Amino acid sequence: MIPAAFDYVRAEDVRTALTALADGGEDAKVLAGGQSLIPMLRLRLAAPTLLVDVGGVGELRGVRDDGDALVIGSMTTHDELMNDALVREHAPLVAQAAATVADRQVRHVGTFGGSLAHADPAGDLPGVTLALDATFSVMGPGGARDVPASEFFVDYLTTALRPDDLLISVRVPKLPGWRTHYEKFQQAAQAWAVVGVATAVRRSNGTVDEARVALTSMGSTPVRAHTVEAALAGAPATADALAEAAGRAADGTTPMSDGIASADYRSHLARVLTRRALEAATG
Amino acid sequence: MTRISMTVDGVRYDDDVEPRTLLVHHLRNRLGKVGTVVGCDTSNCGSCTVLLSGRSVKSCSLLAVQADGVDITTVEGLAGRDGELHPVQLAFHESHALQCGFCTPGMIMAAVDLLTENPDPSDTEIREGLEGNLCRCTGYQNIVRAVHAAATSMRTSVPSTPEAAGAPAPSMGEEVTT
Amino acid sequence: MTVTEDRAGREVGRDRRRKEDARLITGRTMWTDNVSLPGMLHLAILRSPMSHARIDGIDASAARSMPGVVDVITGRDVADVQGSLPCAWTVTPDMAHPDHPPLAVDEVRFAGEPVAVVAARDHATALDALEAIEVAYEPLPAVMDIEDALADGSPLVHQSLGTNKSFTWAFDSAEEGTGGDAAAAIDAADVVVRRRYVQQRVIPAFMEPRSVVVDPTPDQITVWSSTQVPHFVRFFLAAVLGTPEHKIRVIAPDVGGGFGGKLQITAEEFISFLVAQRLRKPVKYTESRSEAMLSAHHGRDMIQDVDVAADRDGTVTALRVRLLANMGGYLRLLTPATPLLGRYMYNGIYKFPAHRFECTGVFTTTTPTDAYRGAGRPEATFAIERVMDDLAAELGMDPVELRRRNWIERDEFPFTTVTGLTYDSGDYAAATDKAMGLLGYDELRREQAERRAAGDRVQLGIGVSTYTEMCGLAPSRWLGSLGYAAGGWESAIVRMLPTGKVEVLTGTSPHGQGHETAWSQIVADQLGVPFEDIEVMHGDTRTSHKGLDTYGSRSLAVGGYALVEACKRVVEKARPMAAHLLECDPADLEFVDGSYRVKGTPGASKSITECALAIFAAHDLPDGVEPYLDADASYDPVDFSFPHGTHLCAAEVDTETGQVRLRSYVAVDDIGKVVNPLIVEGQVHGGVAQGIAQALFEEAIYDEDGNLMTGTFVEYTIPSSADLPDIVTDRTETPAPGHPLGAKGVGEAGTIASTPAVVNAVVDALRPYGVTDVRMPCTPERVWQAIRNGGGRP
Ligand SMILES: Cc1cc2nc3c(=O)[nH]c(=O)nc-3n(C[C@H](O)[C@H](O)[C@H](O)COP(=O)(O)OP(=O)(O)OC[C@H]3O[C@@H](n4cnc5c(N)ncnc54)[C@H](O)[C@@H]3O)c2cc1C
Ligand code: FES
Ligand code: FES
Repeated sequence: MIPAAFDYVRAEDVRTALTALADGGEDAKVLAGGQSLIPMLRLRLAAPTLLVDVGGVGELRGVRDDGDALVIGSMTTHDELMNDALVREHAPLVAQAAATVADRQVRHVGTFGGSLAHADPAGDLPGVTLALDATFSVMGPGGARDVPASEFFVDYLTTALRPDDLLISVRVPKLPGWRTHYEKFQQAAQAWAVVGVATAVRRSNGTVDEARVALTSMGSTPVRAHTVEAALAGAPATADALAEAAGRAADGTTPMSDGIASADYRSHLARVLTRRALEAATG
Repeated sequence: MTRISMTVDGVRYDDDVEPRTLLVHHLRNRLGKVGTVVGCDTSNCGSCTVLLSGRSVKSCSLLAVQADGVDITTVEGLAGRDGELHPVQLAFHESHALQCGFCTPGMIMAAVDLLTENPDPSDTEIREGLEGNLCRCTGYQNIVRAVHAAATSMRTSVPSTPEAAGAPAPSMGEEVTT
Repeated sequence: MTVTEDRAGREVGRDRRRKEDARLITGRTMWTDNVSLPGMLHLAILRSPMSHARIDGIDASAARSMPGVVDVITGRDVADVQGSLPCAWTVTPDMAHPDHPPLAVDEVRFAGEPVAVVAARDHATALDALEAIEVAYEPLPAVMDIEDALADGSPLVHQSLGTNKSFTWAFDSAEEGTGGDAAAAIDAADVVVRRRYVQQRVIPAFMEPRSVVVDPTPDQITVWSSTQVPHFVRFFLAAVLGTPEHKIRVIAPDVGGGFGGKLQITAEEFISFLVAQRLRKPVKYTESRSEAMLSAHHGRDMIQDVDVAADRDGTVTALRVRLLANMGGYLRLLTPATPLLGRYMYNGIYKFPAHRFECTGVFTTTTPTDAYRGAGRPEATFAIERVMDDLAAELGMDPVELRRRNWIERDEFPFTTVTGLTYDSGDYAAATDKAMGLLGYDELRREQAERRAAGDRVQLGIGVSTYTEMCGLAPSRWLGSLGYAAGGWESAIVRMLPTGKVEVLTGTSPHGQGHETAWSQIVADQLGVPFEDIEVMHGDTRTSHKGLDTYGSRSLAVGGYALVEACKRVVEKARPMAAHLLECDPADLEFVDGSYRVKGTPGASKSITECALAIFAAHDLPDGVEPYLDADASYDPVDFSFPHGTHLCAAEVDTETGQVRLRSYVAVDDIGKVVNPLIVEGQVHGGVAQGIAQALFEEAIYDEDGNLMTGTFVEYTIPSSADLPDIVTDRTETPAPGHPLGAKGVGEAGTIASTPAVVNAVVDALRPYGVTDVRMPCTPERVWQAIRNGGGRP
């Protein structure tokens, strides 16, 4: 299949990209790696009138150490996330989850920002940013603003980005003393997550001081499993306590039933995988 | 129409393309590079895999305009100028890693890319490294064998630099404008 | 003549690397979609978004007036000339066989059915124009499920038939005199196991989407098509559309896989042909993957009710099978025959004294089904191998022991089974013993017991599948007696050129099977010429005009022997020339290693290539010798061949998530004489992979409106390299007396054997949980559900 016709602008920098987007109106779209967008265009499930290609905008790419956080450019590819020394050291959860995205070819082209802006509830990286309490740096016609991860994912394939906004970078706090783990369950190697669990745990001696758990594919957006987190705060880091807390992972979630899995099964997986993720992050 | 220029298998091409043209269609229909094929419309099968600046990509999931100014290697540009097969091509032949051969161009390019990054992969690393390429004929076992064989021959015969593994044949200085 | 024996073993049996690889690994392949002709138009097909609807009208005026669009043609435009897509097999005299127009005229009966075609200067424009065509559909009720379609008051797929039933075909061993009364035996039995197995609908999913190019010149119409069956395509284009057969040339260039999925006469071929004729221009149509998923036929989709009866000691006494088979919206080339091709195999390798079989073909508003790798035989093997496992569990016996008790022993061949087929050979014990050794069966059973005792989260299951199959399709007489429109012979032409090089024309049409290599090996041995000196040509009705193509694991068993015969004739044709050159009597010559030697006179010899040159020069031809060295032969098998084997696998099942991981897989196959072990091993790997895919991964799913929910590779999960295990392959070799080449056929064996092996392993792992079946594909969720519903604990 071939996409429907559209106009195309290759942006030189953030400013020209924003101008082009503003001029393009409602039906203009950012083209990052294209790994989600182009398949949709090919199947003619989307038909934007203008694509603004930010692939050549150097300032959107790369990882910067910013003291207590990393700033990851939106155009940083999955492959770069996996292999970047700063990410591996300070945000290993991002590297670990990026490695589970799609396949090598897609990871060479698909970007962090594209994944987040696309906001597929089965995507691996949205949940990770939620677990890490990342902050999204957004630029629009009205200037720059920061959006916390907890407010970024609004609904199925919908974010706090407006059509003429550009996601510039994501600020990922370093979590010294924390251990993290991403547990993904797939039907086949190339498939998206049936359920995924991103965890970050800080513990001292035998006690969990603080834990964060974010779930992929358990609703129309990634969600934090707050009841699990609450149950873990101050709990002993024992298998029983972790299992007990993980048993609440599906509480308050609204998983979908679709061709891949029923809501029931997803809830069950959320509990099992949360336990496994917590075991890995505390073990 | 958008003006683009790219080097494919060592030859530079300058063309005006419709922005919606997929890279794979540009390669096949405009440049005659029909060795690269299309097997799906959802970026799953990997038959269309080529190297873009030395790294594997699915040419069905990129617009030709996104590949402006880059160097592309397809399966047609892998053999040496004298026709000497690339070690991965040879290994696919030796290990009977293909039947109908439709997935083969993409599979070979994906394997070349994998070996660039990991010159001595384990079975599991090969299997996971090729997860983006579907083959309906072989059950993959001989493909895995072929990648091992190629890895061994590349490690023993050529320095394992990215150039040796995956870079396109040196430009022949031709220029083609269509 | 002892040509074969003299030369045996030099090339045949070697693991030659394939000739065809050279072009495939360098991208120099000729796929149909690579064909590009001056002035060629590109076609795009508008397909029904509904599974069942009346077409009230089509407005194509806006599309027609788009720049670059040459024409838009609807079903109504060609209603008088487009004919009906053929079904070649009338399985019962009263089989309901409605018309299958290539372009729907008044009604659509599955989502994806073609309703209009656009011809445009380029492909993108043709696709754009599809969006400008307005079709007024009047929705009609859809019915996808086989049993729903048979229920009273069901919506009718073909109103005029008054029913959704196409046919019912029955066999009863008591009535046919091949055995006893199954119903009575079941009533009288100690133990009866009754099971319902569901063969889910799957999609062949060859990797190369189908493509067709038609070039109508005033002299001839040339059709390039990505098909397994160029000879069939030519015949049916002529027979249905009325273009004289000699004016049609069909070429199957390089074809990217088929698995039965390209054993079809397609709507797309007919439509492209009609458009090219109408516009008098070359046209190309290449489908997208999502079109292929909708329009290329699907496979399987049957409900199997199986009752097996046995004595307490495990001796089986009767087998009753009731089959409901989903035909889809129409009958295609072999749609009704596909479930019936399996009907001879339901008894498997066992000595059933009584058998009843009944199959009903049912129309639904879904994509038509047809042959998919194994066509009927995998389904049959699945049913018998699953139910034997269930019977073993019921009796508390080891599944291998139960099989041993019932299978045909090696000294009982030839053995006429309860279905009336005569198996020529087999040694099931040898294959099974070998497989058990390779798998480490006993150790795995010990580990299984330990894990069960310990209540491990990950349980171990061992799956057994002992199969035989009938292949080498097929004796023409047999086919004719069953209502099939064609024969089952195959042909070959061998010609030695003046320089001693050899050209071979085969009527088979390979698409991955490596015939160019295997055929060269056979000819090299027969004629004593180097492997490299042989060129094998196929898939072009102009050059290899005699043939019946490639499917049903027939090419070697049938086509291979035609080739041997043709070679023998070449040897005989050159013999008078050799005798003339050597000044001796032809009868005094023996043909060895490519040379005619005068018996008893060492040193006096002439090579066949020398004879070829002398024959071509024709300066001194003996009487009756013609000035060219070629020969032609055909072969019509006297019976099927019966490869068999034992496949075993060990599966680990995570009882928490339901995920299945195959830990090891052993395939021991007895396929007779092997021409090229490398190619055979590849066929087994690929076949097993497809069988595993049916067991664990793949299913075509419709929603309640008849939309295909698995219409791309995102939803239809083809396993990747990371999802499949290594397969240990080995062979046993019992001679196949009925077959001159001794080769039994291997193309489908892996698929036939593996699906039940895998499901048996999954169920075996979970029996302590009260699980007796898991519906395919055994996805993690299905397995988890089965454990939940099983009610047991280890
Ligand atoms: C075969 C396959 C398998 C996959 N499997 C997985 C998987 O397992 N897990 C997973 O998480 N993902 C998976 N993906 C998706 C992959 O992660 C994509 O790379 C990613 O979702 C999109 O990144 P991109 O750069 O290609 O974005 P694009 O496709 O270019 O864009 C996606 C969307 O985001 C918008 N956008 C992109 N960048 C910006 C920006 N800077 N500012 C504002 N809007 C922007 C675009 O307008 C578009 O709407 C898979 C994709 C494929 C093809
Ligand atoms: S054609 Fe590119 S991934 Fe299938
Ligand atoms: S060789 Fe046929 S698809 Fe891989």
